Amino acid sequence: MKQIIKRTKAYYCVECGKCSGSCPVARVNEGFSPRVIVERALSGMKGEIEGDRELWTCLTCEACTTKCPSTVKFSEFIRGMRSSAFNSGYTSRCSQGGLLHSIQRVQSYRDIVQNRLQWISDDLKTSTEGEVLYFTGCLPYFENLFSGFVNPLEIARSTVKILNKAGISPVVSPNERCCGHDLLWTGNVETFQKLARLNIEMIKESGASRIVTSCPECLRTLKLDYADFFEGTDIEIVHISEFISSLIKNNDIKLNRAGIMTYQDPCRLGRHMGIYDAPREVIKSMGELVEMNKNREESSCCGVSAWATCEGNSKLMQIERLIEAKSTGADMLVTSCPKCLIHFRCAVHNQIPVEKEKVDIPVVDLTVAACRALAGE
Amino acid sequence: MTEFSPRIVAFCCNWCSYVGADLAGTSRLKYPDNIRIMRVMCSGQVFPSYILKALELGADGVLVAGCHIGDCHYVSGNKKAQERVETLLRVMKTLGLDPRRVRLEWISASEGMKFASTVKEFVEEIKELGPNLLGVR
Ligand code: SF4
Ligand code: FES
Repeated sequence: MKQIIKRTKAYYCVECGKCSGSCPVARVNEGFSPRVIVERALSGMKGEIEGDRELWTCLTCEACTTKCPSTVKFSEFIRGMRSSAFNSGYTSRCSQGGLLHSIQRVQSYRDIVQNRLQWISDDLKTSTEGEVLYFTGCLPYFENLFSGFVNPLEIARSTVKILNKAGISPVVSPNERCCGHDLLWTGNVETFQKLARLNIEMIKESGASRIVTSCPECLRTLKLDYADFFEGTDIEIVHISEFISSLIKNNDIKLNRAGIMTYQDPCRLGRHMGIYDAPREVIKSMGELVEMNKNREESSCCGVSAWATCEGNSKLMQIERLIEAKSTGADMLVTSCPKCLIHFRCAVHNQIPVEKEKVDIPVVDLTVAACRALAGE
Repeated sequence: MTEFSPRIVAFCCNWCSYVGADLAGTSRLKYPDNIRIMRVMCSGQVFPSYILKALELGADGVLVAGCHIGDCHYVSGNKKAQERVETLLRVMKTLGLDPRRVRLEWISASEGMKFASTVKEFVEEIKELGPNLLGVR
């Protein structure tokens, strides 16, 4: 624990409480306070932190990190503590009864032969080797689980369509594995590393020098958390929003007007990776952007991360955010993270604690919206 | 080489299938001992994650057994079980795991015979499939 404290600069904490004040979880859950967690760590209460169920409640959204005057990296601290808790035998309170983590762990077996490319229809051009690789992430599994209220694979198809439009026939590999983001952030570092090694092997075999992701979590993981594994290679990793915005800038594609949109910054894309402008440029090229009150660094999280802890409070956060989106008067809420999409749609899928009119705003993935708006399609 | 002897986990609902299994025993019916029975209150309680976890931990097959449709003691738990198993089968296909490793059966309290024959059949099928690859890391 000492090392984690040192690495994340937790000992600089002056107990100012800015973190708890800016935390979206603390707002709805009285029992949760990042400040108290750090305070406990500093007084050496390792066992108490590991055994505390609230350890798994943090969204690692970094809202507090951007506010902390002492530059404590709180979400990194949580990640470190979770891995130490995991090694002591504690696990997260997973949503879906842990099914998603199970699916991710199974992918770390070298010998499995997945059927993850079923979605590639005849109109899509993909390759087995080439310069650009599209890392699809968990989309095929999300389709298996959530097709009742979202179409995750439409994101994959739209991504390939846009890449095709730019003259690229991306590598899409049947051997791709989950990037390991969720396992890494819920303490299972060992399995994360297995997944990382298998993915690196697959990427090297493809000969790709550029990877496009449609998921901010894959982006963050490949770019930051795979850095050590990638050592010695020169591979560029971009999010599809950056890719589309550069296509627009170079006049390689043109988008039709698609209405008034408001935008949800995914934590991983925004605060973790600092990508705020690219998606906004894409939106502006196909419509009008109206911002929610909380936007960019101030944006609120979609309420669940890494499939750890989905509970009543998560739903409260989601509903609150949807109300905010709806009140902008926009025709739709655009996001660029498949998980934000799933969480928001899920929140209104069953009963909701407020009148329906307050939250009924379509939630659309940025790539899907851009693909629909492609001129000449 | 010794013959492959599958390990099978069975989730049996308390009100029908577990009693059916009991009946098979008290009637002295013979069935293979490859099965480990877990009693659950209702088949609707068996989350997809339980099944996948069992496979992850090395089970070669998983049987989910509940009351016949219409007979569930919690009205429609078995319908839920059916949906859940279907979801899991979709996931298993994507993962490249053989869906034949998971079976859903309706076995009532009076169907001791059906319990014994189901187990016999399932064990034979799993023997043909061979060991579950997740168990032999
Ligand atoms: S990372 Fe986000 S959820 Fe976690 S303590 Fe900080 S603000 Fe709260
Ligand atoms: S009680 Fe038997 S299936 Fe529900």
